[in-house]
Amino acid sequence: MRRVYHRIENISGNVINLRAEDVTYRELAEVTSRRGMSLAQVIRLKGDEVSLQVFAGSRGVATDAQVRFLGHTMRVPFSDSLLGRIFTGGSVPRDKGPVLSDNLIEIGGPPVNPVKRIIPSKMVRTGIPMIDVFNTLVESQKLPIFAAAGEPYNQLLARIALQAEVDIIILGGMGLKYDDYLYFRDTLDEQGALARTVMFVHTAADPVVECLLVPDISLAVAENFALAGKRVLVLLTDMTSFADALKEIAITMEQIPSNRGYPGDLYSQLASRYEKAVDFDTAGSISILAATTMPGDDVTHPVPDNTGYITEGQFYLRDGHIEPFGSLSRLKQQVNGKTRDDHRTIMNTMIQLFAAYRESLEKLAMGFRMSPWDEKLLKYGKRFEHEMMDLSVNIPLEQALDLGWAILADCFEPMETGIHSSLIDKFWPKAAGVETNP
Amino acid sequence: MSATGKIQGVNGNMLTVEFDDAVGQNEVGYAWIGDVGLMCEVVRVRGKYVDMQVFEDTTGLQVGGKVEFSGNLLDVELGPGLLGQVFDGLRNPLHRVAEKCGFFLKRGTYVEALPRDSEWAFTPVVKKGDEVSAGIALGTVPEGIFAHKIMVPFGIKGPCSVEEIAEAGKYTVEKKIAQLKDERGVVHEVTMVQNWPVKIPISCHKERLKPTEPLVTKVRIIDTFFPVARGGTYCIPGPFGAGKTVLQQITSRHADVDVVVVAACGERAGEVVETIREFPELVDPRTGRSLMERTVIICNTSSMPVAAREASVYTAVTLAEYYRQMGLSVLLLADSTSRWAQALREASGRLEEIPGEEAFPAYLESVVASFYERGGVLTLPDGSTGSITIGGTVSPAGGNFDEPVTQSTLKVVGAFHGLSRSRSDARRYPAIDPLESWSRYPSVVDSNDVAMAREILKKGNDVAQMMKVVGEEGTPIEDFVTYMKAEYVDSTYLQQDAYDKVDGASPAERQKHVFGALARILATPLTFENKEDGRRFFHRLTHLTKDWNRLEMDSADFGKLQGEIEDIVSNPTSVSG
Ligand SMILES: Nc1ncnc2c1ncn2[C@@H]1O[C@H](COP(=O)(O)OP(=O)(O)O)[C@@H](O)[C@H]1O
Ligand SMILES: [Mg+2]
Repeated sequence: MRRVYHRIENISGNVINLRAEDVTYRELAEVTSRRGMSLAQVIRLKGDEVSLQVFAGSRGVATDAQVRFLGHTMRVPFSDSLLGRIFTGGSVPRDKGPVLSDNLIEIGGPPVNPVKRIIPSKMVRTGIPMIDVFNTLVESQKLPIFAAAGEPYNQLLARIALQAEVDIIILGGMGLKYDDYLYFRDTLDEQGALARTVMFVHTAADPVVECLLVPDISLAVAENFALAGKRVLVLLTDMTSFADALKEIAITMEQIPSNRGYPGDLYSQLASRYEKAVDFDTAGSISILAATTMPGDDVTHPVPDNTGYITEGQFYLRDGHIEPFGSLSRLKQQVNGKTRDDHRTIMNTMIQLFAAYRESLEKLAMGFRMSPWDEKLLKYGKRFEHEMMDLSVNIPLEQALDLGWAILADCFEPMETGIHSSLIDKFWPKAAGVETNP
Repeated sequence: MSATGKIQGVNGNMLTVEFDDAVGQNEVGYAWIGDVGLMCEVVRVRGKYVDMQVFEDTTGLQVGGKVEFSGNLLDVELGPGLLGQVFDGLRNPLHRVAEKCGFFLKRGTYVEALPRDSEWAFTPVVKKGDEVSAGIALGTVPEGIFAHKIMVPFGIKGPCSVEEIAEAGKYTVEKKIAQLKDERGVVHEVTMVQNWPVKIPISCHKERLKPTEPLVTKVRIIDTFFPVARGGTYCIPGPFGAGKTVLQQITSRHADVDVVVVAACGERAGEVVETIREFPELVDPRTGRSLMERTVIICNTSSMPVAAREASVYTAVTLAEYYRQMGLSVLLLADSTSRWAQALREASGRLEEIPGEEAFPAYLESVVASFYERGGVLTLPDGSTGSITIGGTVSPAGGNFDEPVTQSTLKVVGAFHGLSRSRSDARRYPAIDPLESWSRYPSVVDSNDVAMAREILKKGNDVAQMMKVVGEEGTPIEDFVTYMKAEYVDSTYLQQDAYDKVDGASPAERQKHVFGALARILATPLTFENKEDGRRFFHRLTHLTKDWNRLEMDSADFGKLQGEIEDIVSNPTSVSG
């Protein structure tokens, strides 16, 4: 059986075509040209015609480049010696550490049997009221931050990662700005978290296609740690770069695009990665926090749109704070019934009133007279923005709930909040000197 | 002898296969990698080649690889023991797969849907010499809460005479329980299990009836305003996060039906896990037994193989048809039909068919229509009636309903529960848009009252729009009161707290009572000195009514609070000032 070929027939985009035999679907090959060696993966077989996507890009690949089929799919080494290490998207060391090669595991493995999952039940505390009170994060959740380019989403990711009590952090960087890579590395280092972190970093300067590997590698490693009982947090930033790499390959392969050039299987591609988030019955867990930048700050753009349908909620980061509207933790109800009696009520009431505040603001902007009710809402909204929404606020959940009651009592009469009488009796700050239910 | 073939091409999950003997459209085959056979299905025949979509990950397949055809269409086993189970899209029982394979799904693992070793207590209802035909019960076995009918296989044509029938006793599903002879003298051996191809409707009834009887879901905005009928169809389109799945989960718990088939199609595994883990613990108030006993889950979530998504909705509807044949009322909930449509799109793209809008195939509309057509109320061969009600969610790209899947669905369903982003953002759950949604089925409450309330909701919305332009000060007080009335109906009746034990599920009786009271309030002319007084009054009224919603209807406080509410309505000034 011949495994080495020297005649490439077509090169288009980052895909090369050649004739070869006994090649299996999704098998890896090494493409060696003057520029060096790159891994490539079989993405289509048609008779003896083989199409390969070249991870380092096809630039400089000549028709006589050597193509050697490896007979296996992409693998990564897995062991505890990964901890503290930094690799490229293709899992080559980026730090000065040794190359690891033992205990190779396949990436992109099969899905978890749904009956082997358990219902997530552990709150992840972040100290951020917009998360802890309003959209509680839960262990094993998959959740992206939707943000326009330029928002501090990487800072937010790092902050949550450091605050969350997890055993292992895996950073999967895609198209990451070099500065952001250094930011992650240094921040994790300063907080003493580097020793429980593994980084797979594809930077904006690396070949585009290579970032396709990052989620699968990061998640395969995470999965193995989780099976060993560890609680793993995976940070994937930026998934829009990943989607754009998919788009590029799809267009090269002349697939019919479904929406703005993205392939029809974008949803399935994203889902197969995000669905790796899991709380295993009798083992550890994987939580995924991602960044999804929104081109044109448009959530109906195919990448955020498809993502929203897959993930268990999303945080909108806008003007440096987490927006109450649109932000959602779908798993919050798994935990917020067990924190404190008033948690859900504070969550709902404060948001409803904040919505009313935004309406009053609109009226104000249009120059309408403010009714006494509007005035109350304006006062409330301002306090909410300063004391709850501001990302510099860092307080535990219980304190945030107390603060919620204090703000409500400062601005409204109990009845105006629509809160159920029994909770008013129990939690409404009496000191405010307001009569309870007449 | 079935045909065999050789792989000529692999593109994602689509294979091109050169075959030697006769093969049929939609015939199932297996593509082999070593000793693992991956199930696949013929989707196109072209000369000596067929295109086959593989229901599994195709990594490792190669040109020249062997394919074996089975001679059968994709089918499902029907018999006792389906209820309470969790299947994947190809009807593999996931609990038993887990026993075999552990945490992960292993491709090429296929397990029989019905356990072969369980024994069922069979009681015959026919005797030797009786004449029977397809769909007629030969006997029954107790399955959970039902007498499960063991029926003459649906594929048998014409009348048959019963030559042998098993005595009452315990049998496994593969044991012969009857022998029938048809008009042409062909003898059929009947067991408790029969297979049926999922893409072909079970057609074994006398008559199809118009759905008219309300199917109570205990969700007020649905039953009162946009009702569903037994045997009817409805859809729930909405942007992500608007509440489609929660609404279906609520319905799967509370709906007044015998059997619920949940088709978790291409969405989050975690959401199905909630059902899988919680239903066995929840008690069905109708029967006093666990909810799981009336539920079947078909679970082909988003990271499971895409091609099996399409199969999963057909598997689900076939199971629903099977229980309908027993004269039961079945509810099929599919979440989300868009994922199935996307699976069709992926396949169509790989076949390089000419794409329609948003690259969906041109036949999308007819495929959607024929799926919903499998719902309905039927008069069965034995004279009883059975029904399938189908509710499907739709996940439109960008939340825009003007897209092919939503539009194809709206053409064929009987009710439309459109979820709105602005309502879900404002936490007005369930976020069904009261102005956009519609239903062609009858409500559980008085239709005149509904018409009046809808009128107020519409006017209230008009006033709200006007107020944005002219401000509150430019709004006449009568208009303002209409607006407050609309807000009142919205927050006390349309909105419902899914997580409250009482408020979360409102039976038809309660809806009649409460909506009657509400209608009287709405019809009461209310005047106020000024808007602040009006606002104060409605805040109070809303507060009391919300408290009322949380009281058990048979509690003493329920009547008391209603009295209090009626008092303040008859004397509104008592609240102001
Ligand atoms: N009826 C409801 N009551 C309270 N919260 C709800 C309700 N419906 C939806 N939600 C909230 O919205 C989130 C998303 O709902 P979900 O049904 O999963 O949306 P979709 O399926 O439309 O994407 C839920 O996790 C929950 O927090
Ligand atoms: Mg959903």
